[in-house]
This record gives sequence, structure tokens and C-alpha cells, in this order.
Amino acid sequence: MEKIKLIIDNREVSVPKSTTILKAAREIGIDIPTLCYFELEGLNIHNKPGGCRICVVEVEGRRNLAPACVTECLEGMVVKTNSIRVLNSRRTVLELILSDHPADCLVCAKSGNCELQNLAVRFGVREIPFQGEQSCYKVEVSPSIVRDMNKCVMCRRCETVCNDFQTVGALSAIERGFASVVSTAFNQKLSYSNCTFCGQCVAVCPVGALVEVDHTPKIIRAIADEKKTVVVQVAPAVRVALGEEFGMKPGSIVTGKLTAALKALGFNYVFDTDWSADLTIMEEGTELIDRITKFLKGDKEVKLPLLTSCCPAWVNFFEYHFPELKEIPSTAKSPQQMFGAIAKNYFADKIGIKREDMIVVSVMPCLAKKYECAREEFKTNGNPDVDYSISTRELAALIKQANIDFNSLENVAFDSPLGESSGAAVIFGTTGGVIEAAVRTAYEVITKKPLPKIDFTELRGLEGVRAATIDVDGLKLNIGIAHGLSNARKLLNEIKEGKSQFHAIEVMACPGGCIDGGGQPLHHGNSDIIKARWEAIYEADRNMPIRKSHENPSILAIYKEFLGEPCGHKSHELLHTHYFDKAKVIEIKLD
Amino acid sequence: MANNKKQIRIALRNCGFINPENIGDYIARSGYAALASVLGANNPQNSIDVIKKSGLRGRGGGGFPTGLKWEIASKNHADQKYVVCNADEGDPGAFMDRSILEGDPHSVLEAMAINGFCIGATKGLIYIRAEYPLAIERLLIAINQAEEISVLGNNIMNTGFDFNIELRYGAGAFVCGEETALIHSMEGGRGEPTFKPPFPAQEGYLKKPTNVNNVETFANIPAIILKGWEWFSSIGTEKSKGTKVFALAGKVNNVGLIEVPMGITLREVIYEIGNGIVNDKNFKAVQTGGPSGGCLTEKFLDTPIDYDNLIAAGSMMGSGGMIVMDEDDCMVSVAKFYLDFTVEESCGKCAPCRIGNKRLFELLEKITEGKGTMEDLDHLKNLSKVTKDTALCGLGQTSPNPVLSTIDNFWNEYLAHVVDKKCPAGQCKALKCYIIDTEQCIGCTVCARACPVGAIKGEKKTPHEISQEICIKCGACMEKCKFNAISIK
Repeated sequence: MEKIKLIIDNREVSVPKSTTILKAAREIGIDIPTLCYFELEGLNIHNKPGGCRICVVEVEGRRNLAPACVTECLEGMVVKTNSIRVLNSRRTVLELILSDHPADCLVCAKSGNCELQNLAVRFGVREIPFQGEQSCYKVEVSPSIVRDMNKCVMCRRCETVCNDFQTVGALSAIERGFASVVSTAFNQKLSYSNCTFCGQCVAVCPVGALVEVDHTPKIIRAIADEKKTVVVQVAPAVRVALGEEFGMKPGSIVTGKLTAALKALGFNYVFDTDWSADLTIMEEGTELIDRITKFLKGDKEVKLPLLTSCCPAWVNFFEYHFPELKEIPSTAKSPQQMFGAIAKNYFADKIGIKREDMIVVSVMPCLAKKYECAREEFKTNGNPDVDYSISTRELAALIKQANIDFNSLENVAFDSPLGESSGAAVIFGTTGGVIEAAVRTAYEVITKKPLPKIDFTELRGLEGVRAATIDVDGLKLNIGIAHGLSNARKLLNEIKEGKSQFHAIEVMACPGGCIDGGGQPLHHGNSDIIKARWEAIYEADRNMPIRKSHENPSILAIYKEFLGEPCGHKSHELLHTHYFDKAKVIEIKLD
Repeated sequence: MANNKKQIRIALRNCGFINPENIGDYIARSGYAALASVLGANNPQNSIDVIKKSGLRGRGGGGFPTGLKWEIASKNHADQKYVVCNADEGDPGAFMDRSILEGDPHSVLEAMAINGFCIGATKGLIYIRAEYPLAIERLLIAINQAEEISVLGNNIMNTGFDFNIELRYGAGAFVCGEETALIHSMEGGRGEPTFKPPFPAQEGYLKKPTNVNNVETFANIPAIILKGWEWFSSIGTEKSKGTKVFALAGKVNNVGLIEVPMGITLREVIYEIGNGIVNDKNFKAVQTGGPSGGCLTEKFLDTPIDYDNLIAAGSMMGSGGMIVMDEDDCMVSVAKFYLDFTVEESCGKCAPCRIGNKRLFELLEKITEGKGTMEDLDHLKNLSKVTKDTALCGLGQTSPNPVLSTIDNFWNEYLAHVVDKKCPAGQCKALKCYIIDTEQCIGCTVCARACPVGAIKGEKKTPHEISQEICIKCGACMEKCKFNAISIK
């Protein structure tokens, strides 16, 4: 690659052509402050509108200051990143942004983790010289996300992930000038838009404009209520990320401490969503085998490819955008909902309580799970199978509130019987994991032979769309994998056009899958954190004594004792669902 | 409009002389002859060279050399290129482009086709404000007529060259005059600018090389082709060739559109073409360049008007707004008026323009209400400079110009508002002080009865007094007083 030389702050630096000043400066340890700029390298998320003007630098020979995040280096360029002109401008621009931002940091969900607050600290801002009108918007609380546009700094990151990465298009800048703000079509509530509640907008918001709905007070109350038995389930991706909230390095696996913390918080039963992930494989895997078998017998009616259905944002996406394909996805409920169904219909009986007296809480890396557990079809007489879903971040807040020293906790095992799981279930936490788990089981069920190699590395990776052909004893199984709904859209379009060659497709809405879900600790654009979580997921899989779902003894036991056979009558009743045509005609609702 | 020998009509050459709805009229005045000659010569580079040598610069405000712009677009290869005519005229009081489109639509169509042939584009788009219905109607008629006789459309004049023009309607956003914002708007996106590079000539409409020129720029093209670059470049100054159309407005006796050679002085424009200031009042300033420009004072009256001199004087050419102000105009209010416009028209993408302009406006409002402090003036100066220095596009980079140029030239007026709490021009309502002259007042009580807020007290047949705390400066008392006893201080 062609190299060019330039001078930044009197130091010569040599960078490949088309490098931005921001990156060139970082190469020599000069950290130019930024606000709107956001990039998840390797995951194809870029937000560089050059809008906040915090990163401006002085380029010799140019009339105006240049934004370092989008200005490309040129041969012989002379750049100053800290001249008095630059420092004064940056500070003034920051003061302007602060002059239209509520100063309620004390009670803001992002306090301590806010990029604007960090800038104010870094610049040593002690007062805001500009006083005047402040933006005034109604705060919206949707099932998953709280939108407080008074705090919006117009960085447009949410808009970029929603439109470019997810192709959902729920958010876009509206109005102009001082009134401009990111909002939905016709300024409607998120619930009336085609928002999938994937929560990626929350994951990238630098300030407190987009945050999760906080269910922690409800959980504290439920635990305190002696009449209630509170059962908690923890999703696979939580265990590889929660440690970050307590200063551990990204990728730390904290399963034992997590269980200990939940016990210390007072949950009556600490179970594992991994258990129901294994159950999901039994159901979804059986469904896949059934459809393929019919297909091979020449059944023209059979729906292929089978689409996974674990990811609630993905389910929302196809219900909104591809309702004509709603018969294709697996009817298996997500592990969260399978867990809830078993907990309230089996476990409650087993311990002799009414379902109304059981509260099921889920700890999820996800914000769409909050929406999912509130769906009507997952309720019995108004009582939901899963009462509350909290994010990894909310759990961390609960642990901190309860003065539990997370780092010094001794490892504790999950409770039985809904706590035993396999390595196949852990990898549900990342892209490719669900389908790998399914293949591990399908292979052995179809061939009745043990797998020659448990790790299907061909299904792993962080590329947006991946394809692999798995040889199941002569049967060539074509597998497609997509993460990010823009990538899913490509595969769905192929299906619509009748061009899809796949037998099964796994989709997860978030970049990298659940490891970077909307409820995970904030990565602030550092994709190394996501990669570390990704590696940790596979390490956790390798550490498990059992690595195939159909070998989980507790799963085999529940079929024997309660469910009968996979995709049998009882399973259909409790573990399967159906989908709706929710293609949105935007209704204008005034409230 | 006063006809005056100081004027030379190139861009407006046909306006008023032809029926714009009849292509025959246009052709009778050598219409489409330039296109015929360019197509006949079949040497695009040669034609680009003619435009380059003519010294024509963009009339939309930026003043970028037109020929060079064409050359860049011609050298970027692609399967499809576009020619875009920027007819998103938005400066308050400006109507140069509208007049050309309404009075001589074919000159723009012909120029676009020439441009298309020169850069290798077969599609042209006119981005026009939907608020210009007559211009739109006449353009549509013109396109139809031109297509009927094959001077536009497919296989123009049997040369095999295709050039089709469509209209795109803007919703009246000033920022869409900025070429990247204009392109986003044409694509159906939000009308907001993006960082350049890439320039439209590299990646424009639908990511294809696109040449964007303003209406007036295009209107000059056929004349240059027909009369030659030597003729065109003989008009004007060293670096600014040809003529410029201005919308002369404000306190001059003759207002309206004028087309004058570059290099003419403001004095000639105001006193000869404009026939002097209304009521023979004193000239105070002239605002050029619209909301992005600045105010020029008496000392610049004899400066030749061209792109570079105007910038050196702290203003700019802009698209040709020219508003003359006299001694009765308050310069702080003038700055506030323009800021009000840019606050409204900012797209909101970058922080300095979105919030900075708003804060500038609020500071000016505070000053005109007599609540300003010296610290506010410091903030005003600093914020103006920073907004100019950091904003993303031309709108924000120039919006503080009216503030900066009035600060430079009329600093005393700012001080008067802030320190003495007085508006020297007597325009700022909050700073007006109605006073009753006790010598003149006979105590007739008419003023007291006229006052809507009961601010005037006094016994019958004794001089009255106005309470400044209660007075709302409506002026009703002064209007009613038959003895000229009430004045504004």
C-alpha cells in the first residue's frame, strides 16, 4: 500500500494512503477527542458524519479547521491538533453542545459511562457560558427502550446502526436547525414504528438519550415478597461479559461468580438459559431433520430453508419486513421463552406452587427480550411465562447496589434441574453458535454415529454473511449464517426470489450475535472487546464436560418424565409458537 | 428597472425580449446555435477550454472556475454522468434565477446540453424550488418544445447525442443550495451536506460523477460559446470576468434586478443605477452576499465589485443579493435578521451551526433588548469566529459573517446598545425612550387617554410625564400628540 508522510504536532508520521488524520494521530499516541465518530472495526459499522466538530484540527494552508475523523492525510500535510485556535474552538463547540443538554447527570442512566460527560471532564468545563433555549421533548418509554431526546447530541450513531447495519429504518433525523433530532417517522412512538428493539441504538448511544427500560426495582420488590418464588435464568453471553462491569478484562468467563452473585441477591432458584438452549436444539434440530427428510423424499410442500428463531429482534424483523415468509422460520420458541414455559408449567408443579406465585426473571444480553417476554402469546391468563427480563448492565447495577464484592465471590454451581447444560448451549451466545449446536445434534441423530470432530470451525467467524456445507454422512447440508439484519435481509431476499441454496439459516440481529447484544456492557466502539467475548464463548464450550445438547442428562430426563418426545404433543403446546403478519402501516396516533 | 448604460445584459440577454413559452423566439435570437456549434465541432475538450479561458466563475456564490469544474467532471469516467442545474435560489430578496427561468428557460436548457456533451453526460436534472410554479411551468413547456424539434432528447440535431432533462422539486430548504445537500435531497434523502471530498464531480448523484452549476452560470454559457471567450473575458476584472446579476433592494430609489459588469463600484450601482438613497438620507451600508455575506460601509463605495475584493472587504458575492441601508437602519438588528434566517435554515447536522447560530441569535436578541453585557460581546465575537471556523458546510461557515462585519464596521452601535442602552438608529423597540417635552406639553391629556397601559400621568393643563417602567414603547402617544411634544430619545 502506498505510504504518505505528514507532520502532526511537529512529529513526522508515515501512514497508508487514505488514512484519516484521526487514525494517523492515534498511531503516534495523539488521542484527538471525538464524539459522533464511531467505528466497530471488522464488524462493518461506521458512523462518520463529521457532525459534532469536536475532533477539529488545524491543517496548514486550509482556511477552516478540519474534522480529523473524515479528513484524509495527504503527502506533506502539516497538522496541529492542539494549537490555541483548535483548543478554543473545540472547547466552544463542546460548550455549545452542553448548552443544549440537560445537566441532570446525577440521575442519568449513563452517568459515569457517558462520552459527553467524559469530554466535559477532559476539557475541564466548569461553567457553560451560553444560556438559551433548550430542546424539550417528551420522554418515551417503550417495552425495551427509553428515548429521552432532550439528551440527544445528534451524533447519528443510532440512525446509522438502525439504517445501515440493521436496515430497519425506524430512526432518522427529522426537522431542521435547532429543532433537528433523531426520531421515528411522523415522530411516533417506537412501538408504533417497525423498531425491532434490537437495542443496537442503545449500545452505541454516547449519552443517555437511548437507554434500556430499567426493571431492577421490580426485581428487588419481587425478591422481597415472601409469597413469591423467584426463579432466575441467565443467557450464555452474559457470563463472558459481566466481568467487564467489575473491572475484569474482556473475555473473562465468570459463570461461577455470576451464579454466586444471583444467590447472594436472594433469588430462590438460579437456573441457566443454557439448559433451555439445549432443549431448543432438541426441538429445532428435530424440526430441521423432519423438514430435510421430507424434502429428500420429494415433498414439494416442505418449507426450506429452516430459519432459526431464537433472536427476538430477528423475529420482529421478519414479522415486520417479510411477513410473507412467516411460515419458514422454526416454530421453536427462544430459549428464554422455553425456559419460562417449563418453569411455570412444570417446575412450579414440581415444587408445589401456583404459576402466579412464581416470578421468572431472565438475565439477557439483549433488550428485545424485554419486548419478547411481554408478547401476548407467551402469557397464560395474562400471566407471562417470563415476568421480567433484565440486561447484563442491569444485573451489574443490582450487584453493585447490593454491596456484593463480585470479584471475591467463590464459584457456585447452577441449581438443578434446570441448570445443567452442554457446551452446545453456551455457543448460542455468538453468531454461528445456534446452528453449530443444531448440527452437532442433527449429525448424530441422522447418522446414528458419533461426530468425528465436535468443533465445526467452518461455521464460526465474524463475517456478516457466511456459508458452509456440512457433510452428514453423504448428505450435504448447506448452512447460511447472518448477523446484522442487513445481512439477514440479503438472505431473505434470496429466499423470496427462490434463489436460496440453503437448508438452514441462522440469524442473529446484533453484530457478533448476543455477545454484543444491546444489553451488554458498553464497548464504546472497541471491537477487541467483542472479539474477546467471542473467544471466551468457545473457550467456555471447550470447558464443558458435555458438548452436545442431546447428551444433556437433564434434558433427556425431562422428555422422559414430562415432555414425551421432541416436537411431540406436549412440546408443541409448550415449546412452539407461531408468527404474525405485522407489516406496518404507520398509524398516526396522537398521545 | 431603470435602464442604464452601466448595465450589460448577458445572463438576462433575452429576458423581456422573448416570449419564454415560444421556442421560436429563442431560436430567432441565436438560440441553440451554441449547442449546434459545440455538437458540430465535436470536440468537447475544446469547448471546455473555451469556458476555461473565458474566466467564468460559479454564480451561485462560491465563485469556483466553471471550466475547471467541467474538466474535472469530464475526466472522471463512469457509465453514467449527470448535469445538475442548481435552481434552489434561497437568499432572502433574491430572484435572479427565477427571472432567468421564467424569462429565458431555453438558455439554461441549452447550456445544460452543452455541459452534458462536454463532460459525457446524457442526463440533466434541474433542482428547483417548488415555490417557483411559473418557472416550473415554463421549464416544462420549454423542455417539451425543445424535445419536439430535437434540440433536446434523443439524437439531438441528428448527431447521435442524447440529453434528457428532468425536474426535481425542492421543498424550500436554503441549505439544499449547497451541492452535496442538493444531491442528497434529489436522491430522496435528508437535505444535508456531507464532507467533501468526495466532490460531486467524483461521486455525485447516485454516486456518479455530477457537475452542478447554478442557473445564472448556465445562462452565460451559450453567449460565451457564440461570441467567444475573448469577448467574455474582456468584460470584468482580472480575476472575475463577465457580468453579475444583482437583486438591488433596500433604501435605494430604483430597486430590482440589475446586470452589471464585474468591477463596477458600489457607488455606481447605488447612485447611478439605483438613483441614490430614498429621501436623500445618508448611506450607511450595503449588505452583499445575502445571509452569508457582510455589510460594506462607505469606505468600500469605490471598491470594484468582484469575487476577491468582496471577500477581502469582509463580505462575499454570494448569489447576488444587494440590500442598501441608510442611517435609519440598526446594524445590530440587521445582523439579527440574517441570523434569524440561518437559524431557521440550518440543517442541524453539525453542532456549531445547529446550536452556535441559535446562541448567536439569542445573544443578539439580548443586546437589542438592552440586556446585553460586555461579556456577551466577547462571547458574540468568539462564537462567530468558532462557528465560521468549525462548521461543516458553507452555510455555517458564513452564517456569522453579518455579525462579524457589523462588529468590524459598526462596533460603536454594539457598544451603544450594551453600554448606553441606546439604539442609535432608534429601531430597537425595547431601547426606545418616549419623552414628553415639558415646554411643549400643554396638558391636553390626549396622550394619557391614548396610552393602552396607563403609563402617562399628569394633571390637566400641566405638563405630563411618561413612566419608563410602565411604557411598552407602542408609540400611540406620539401619534396622538398635536403639539409635537413627544419624542424618542
